[in-house]
Amino acid sequence: MIRAGLSALLSHWLRRPFQLVTLVTGLALATALWSGVQAINAEARASYDQAAETLGEARYPQIVPDGADFPQADYVGLRRAGWPVTPVIEGRLRAGGQSVRLIGIDPLTAPADIAPDTVEVETDLAGFITPPGLLYANPETAPALSGLGLRVVPAASVAPGTAIGDIGIVQGLLGQPGRLTRLILTGDAPGTPLQDIASGLTRRAQAESNDIARLTDSFHLNLTAFGLLSFAVGLFIVHGAIGLAFEQRRPVFRTLRALGLPLRTLIGLLSLELVILALVSGGIGMALGYLIAAALLPDVAATLRGLYGADVSGQLSLRPAWWAAGMVIALLGTAIAAAGAFWRVARLPLLASAQPRAWSRGSAAGRLAQGAAAAALGLVALGLALVGSGLVAGFVLLGVLLIAAALALPLVLHGVLVLAAGAARGALPQWFWADTRQQLPGLSLALMALLLALAANIGVGTMVQSFRATFTGWLDQRLAAELYVRASDPAEAERLLAYLDGRVDAVLPIVSVDAVVMGAPAEIFGVADHATYRDNWPLLSALPDVWDRVARGEAVLVNEQLARREALAPGDPLPLPGGDTRTIGGVYSDYGNPLAQVLIGLDAFRARYPDAPELNFGLRLPAPDAPALQRALTDEAGIAPDQITDQQSLKRFSLGIFERTFAVTGALNVLTLAVAGFAILTSLLTLSTMRQPQLAPVWALGLTRASLARLEILRALFLALVTFIAAIPVGLLLAYVLLAVINVEAFGWRLPMQVFPGDWLWLGALSMLAALLAALWPARRLARTPPAELLKVFANER
Amino acid sequence: MNAKGYSIALMFCASFAEAQGFAGLGTDAEGFAMPDAGYEFEFPTDHGPHPAYRIEWWYLTANLDGADGQTYGMQWTLFRSALAPTEGDGWSSPQIWFGHAALTTKTAHFAAERFARGGIGQAGVTAEPFEAWIDDWRLSGPSLSDVSLRAGGEEFGYDLTLKTDAPFVPQGENGYSVKAASGQASHYYSQPFYEVSGTLALPDGQVEVTGQGWLDREWSSELLARSQEGWDWFSLHLGGGARLMGFVLRDDAAGDYTSATWIAPDGTPTPYPDGAFTAEPLRAAEVAGRDIPVRWRLKLPGQALDVEVTAVNEQAWNPLAFPYWEGPVTVTGSHAGRGYLEMTGYE
Amino acid sequence: MLLSVETLTKTYPAEGGRLTVLDGISMSLDAGRTLALTGESGSGKSTLLHLIGGLDVPDAGRVMVDGTDIAALDDKGRAALRRGTVGVVFQQFNLIPSLDVSANIAFQARLAGRHDPAWDARLARALGLEDQLGKYPEELSGGQQQRVAIGRTLAARPRLILADEPTGNLDEATGDRVLDLFLQLVAETGAALLTVTHSGRLAARMDAQLVLSQGRVA
Repeated sequence: MIRAGLSALLSHWLRRPFQLVTLVTGLALATALWSGVQAINAEARASYDQAAETLGEARYPQIVPDGADFPQADYVGLRRAGWPVTPVIEGRLRAGGQSVRLIGIDPLTAPADIAPDTVEVETDLAGFITPPGLLYANPETAPALSGLGLRVVPAASVAPGTAIGDIGIVQGLLGQPGRLTRLILTGDAPGTPLQDIASGLTRRAQAESNDIARLTDSFHLNLTAFGLLSFAVGLFIVHGAIGLAFEQRRPVFRTLRALGLPLRTLIGLLSLELVILALVSGGIGMALGYLIAAALLPDVAATLRGLYGADVSGQLSLRPAWWAAGMVIALLGTAIAAAGAFWRVARLPLLASAQPRAWSRGSAAGRLAQGAAAAALGLVALGLALVGSGLVAGFVLLGVLLIAAALALPLVLHGVLVLAAGAARGALPQWFWADTRQQLPGLSLALMALLLALAANIGVGTMVQSFRATFTGWLDQRLAAELYVRASDPAEAERLLAYLDGRVDAVLPIVSVDAVVMGAPAEIFGVADHATYRDNWPLLSALPDVWDRVARGEAVLVNEQLARREALAPGDPLPLPGGDTRTIGGVYSDYGNPLAQVLIGLDAFRARYPDAPELNFGLRLPAPDAPALQRALTDEAGIAPDQITDQQSLKRFSLGIFERTFAVTGALNVLTLAVAGFAILTSLLTLSTMRQPQLAPVWALGLTRASLARLEILRALFLALVTFIAAIPVGLLLAYVLLAVINVEAFGWRLPMQVFPGDWLWLGALSMLAALLAALWPARRLARTPPAELLKVFANER
Repeated sequence: MNAKGYSIALMFCASFAEAQGFAGLGTDAEGFAMPDAGYEFEFPTDHGPHPAYRIEWWYLTANLDGADGQTYGMQWTLFRSALAPTEGDGWSSPQIWFGHAALTTKTAHFAAERFARGGIGQAGVTAEPFEAWIDDWRLSGPSLSDVSLRAGGEEFGYDLTLKTDAPFVPQGENGYSVKAASGQASHYYSQPFYEVSGTLALPDGQVEVTGQGWLDREWSSELLARSQEGWDWFSLHLGGGARLMGFVLRDDAAGDYTSATWIAPDGTPTPYPDGAFTAEPLRAAEVAGRDIPVRWRLKLPGQALDVEVTAVNEQAWNPLAFPYWEGPVTVTGSHAGRGYLEMTGYE
Repeated sequence: MLLSVETLTKTYPAEGGRLTVLDGISMSLDAGRTLALTGESGSGKSTLLHLIGGLDVPDAGRVMVDGTDIAALDDKGRAALRRGTVGVVFQQFNLIPSLDVSANIAFQARLAGRHDPAWDARLARALGLEDQLGKYPEELSGGQQQRVAIGRTLAARPRLILADEPTGNLDEATGDRVLDLFLQLVAETGAALLTVTHSGRLAARMDAQLVLSQGRVA
């Protein structure tokens, strides 16, 4: 019975291969976008974990200095006092055009589970610890290190952008002999207090989550939200295809049940059928998702490096958990999309007309219910906007807004069509509007998908454009010096300053230390008292005479991130490391920086951090003289060309980072739009097969197939146009939420919203094009339908 | 143990095995200094390290009597293993140090180990004033004849003083100790006459102890022949004040190689060549998943010695990066006494 | 002569060659006359009707409607013929589901540019549909739907009405009532009527009968 039943059910797909293709494609696309995003996230997270794993920060408490580093005598002192610690030196080295994180460990005292697994195969301890030594590096990073004069062993288990060597070897490479940057506590601390042996060191508990993972959480949540949106859009397709397949098989279901197949068995067989289809489609989707992720990952990696300094592998690896999650989401999506169809099958009366319900008139009650749901969701969104806080609440707000807008769409379209029909004169226009209105229930899911995709596009586009416009202006303010020079050591800095004396209008030292401010990692900068800052620095709010106060050391400036996080405003006190407190003189915008930042007067900075090396300088001089000085610095002062950057290159570099930041978002946006276009196509194709009985009489009454086809295209274009217009306010609302809620929560800064109607025209044209392409195929099919096909509608012997 | 742990252990095994004399040391010594049969010890200089040699150790054991009436055994060893025959500055030094500490009761055995790089001060030995240390483990005194020792692990520790007026005793031919028929040898001397007193820390509390200690000092660059697979090493304090050092280097291919030194109560050594000393395992016990002899019959006909040596605690297993058996023994038969037994190479 | 059919031939592709459905049929019908076309299932009645209505094209022969050879018309021309000259009443009613009854009735007349509300109103009254004008086809019974379909055809005042089993989906009593109305209204418009039917009762009501057998006039 089960075999016979199943074959009766499955034969449907053989007879309607297009429906099968639609279902599989829809589910595969939905799964692909979702799993692609997940693969990217998983890869990035794995890289973060790997980076954190390198030093076992999650498992071992760390002992860190107050400053940047400390003498290794402190390490020996602690060991000889019985402290189970292992030394680490960590630093960055520019090699082969990239900045590599170098980590030095002592293989003898390091616990077995820090440092990656590959460092082990090598039993050549002598080669590792004695000069010239060797480095284990991530395979992507290894080539950059080839010029260092020591053996570099590629090791996949080393985190991206990272190389690991013996502590002594790395001290030499970093030019810090005898210095360490931290200790890892590998066992229980003995009775002797840490302070008695090494006063400059403090113990820090093992990190609950690593810093990079925390910083980048918002970025990944962003991607996840987009993945989910694409998945939802894809589910519209699946829903349509399943609904149609069930609808068309109602006579079969009835017959099967009339022949004695129990309802439970029927439902079971249908479930089995869908599980098979979901697994097949899910598998295809996973493969597609892998391709998408592999294509996007390099951009994501570049973004994460530029924005957060996080090294993420550009190589995608396949993780079993990712496969499992992808298949589960495919099954889950199918279940959601099929729930309604199952419900109807379960309630299918045994004795009813075997005529397939080819279309249904949208009932006023149904529209009302949808409108009520939309209104309710709108209220929820309003409530969230008023009382909600945090990134998750922000994304929930986004989701609720989008669903509300989607639910309201059929209502809006219906209203527009009623108005149009009322204004129509002539039989054909009247029929056209009436017929369009009746098709609405069949098309509205696809149109809702289109609305979501368009609104997301407008919203994200507005955000990105606002960002770009604001950021460009901000860069102009922030990067005011004509040249930026970096000395490689204090001696070179001294030579450089001597050379520059009299050759430039001003030399502005750029000095900073890493510190902890109000319990979080921060940078403290010293700022010279100069017109460059007074005239250009992008202050958002400030006390009067703020620059005088800063120059006198009374006041400090904080960046927007810090001010927002701690709810600080000019006039508030700010506790600084070392126990003293300064007044906040002003808040400045600091886009693209995940860390808190404090600006203090240069004199105050030097008094506070006498050991901080002054190696970076901004040079002010008439802009036309800059290229000549840049050459002279290289030729006469012996500064390496890569240590000098001019303002333009720096701006280009910064802008480049931000372009990449949103490249992924853009790509996902386009893919989502493509999925929505596909949803329209499948809906129209589906409808077109059902529409012969509706079109044949009109044809028989005296319209050509070609003009009917033209009307069909016109209809699709019109619906797409209305949907697009409806998407604009939704998209703007979305942009507002992104800029005013999500960005503030995620990055700590708020951008002014700007509107770019020119972009909408493009998008509008694009959506019309999508609708045109989607309508073209079914319309062509209609125009070419042989009259005999249409005649079947009239045949007596059907 | 994860893969990395395994391989780091391998790394150390390689070093330790070299120190212990296995792992197929090359017949040429790769620039390392070679033991010289004509060498005369020079004290206190020779109490310090000899970085030109591949391996070296300061190997202390003691049989102790507690105020609680129990007997105890302790071991403390500092190994030096050179990756190259030089001393270098800071981390670039090729000298690797590791230490083992163990404490044995009749029913329990505790062991711990430490690793350190030479060159940075984390571990080392100075001859005068004498100090040998690794991390917080320390054997120090004005001289090697008057030292105090502090060391321990998570569950145990000891704080002992070791004193003697007796001279250091050269092993083998004037301190040139041959280890194989093919000629491998080391420089080897001992101090078997320490009077020991101090405190043991055990999980149940502290115990005051007194007893007898024995220090072995040995350095070489090629200890064993390739086919030798392990050794059984006896250091015995006998009734009447005499001491016996005897070892068997097991070799299925070339035949076992034995050596012994009879040390008179006044410290006068009488070395015996290969074959004079014999050791026959009488009973094996299962220790850490392998069979290890815990009862031996030793014979040294030249001293009319025919004794049975029995482990105080059969499970005196050091489960360290390089695992081996090391524990106190009692002596019965023609002579009575006690001592220490070290057994390596049992798979 | 309103309609004249000359040696009309139509074949359809079939397994193992082509199936000849109409084999050199000739016939004619004058304005104001009614003709019943009968024959067994598969004798070619419906095909002949479709060819005359410009819904399909013949392989050979001519169909002259009001002096025009519709076989020579292109798609557009045939659509114009269906709009203006010919009206078809189908067995399956084939109403436009998205339009209400009054719009359905007026639809073809409006397409043909001959919409006359007064005539529509009279038709509706005559067909007993006054109370159903605001309803949609799916809300009507079969007899009501067929009356709407008849109304739609008559509203356009075609010169030639083609009916394909116009009462075939109705029970006998309803069928008789609908047929009475139909014939009365056809007579009123002066159109010619060609009806395809199995029913001897229906055929007997026509001025003449033509029997088809295996694609030929029997």
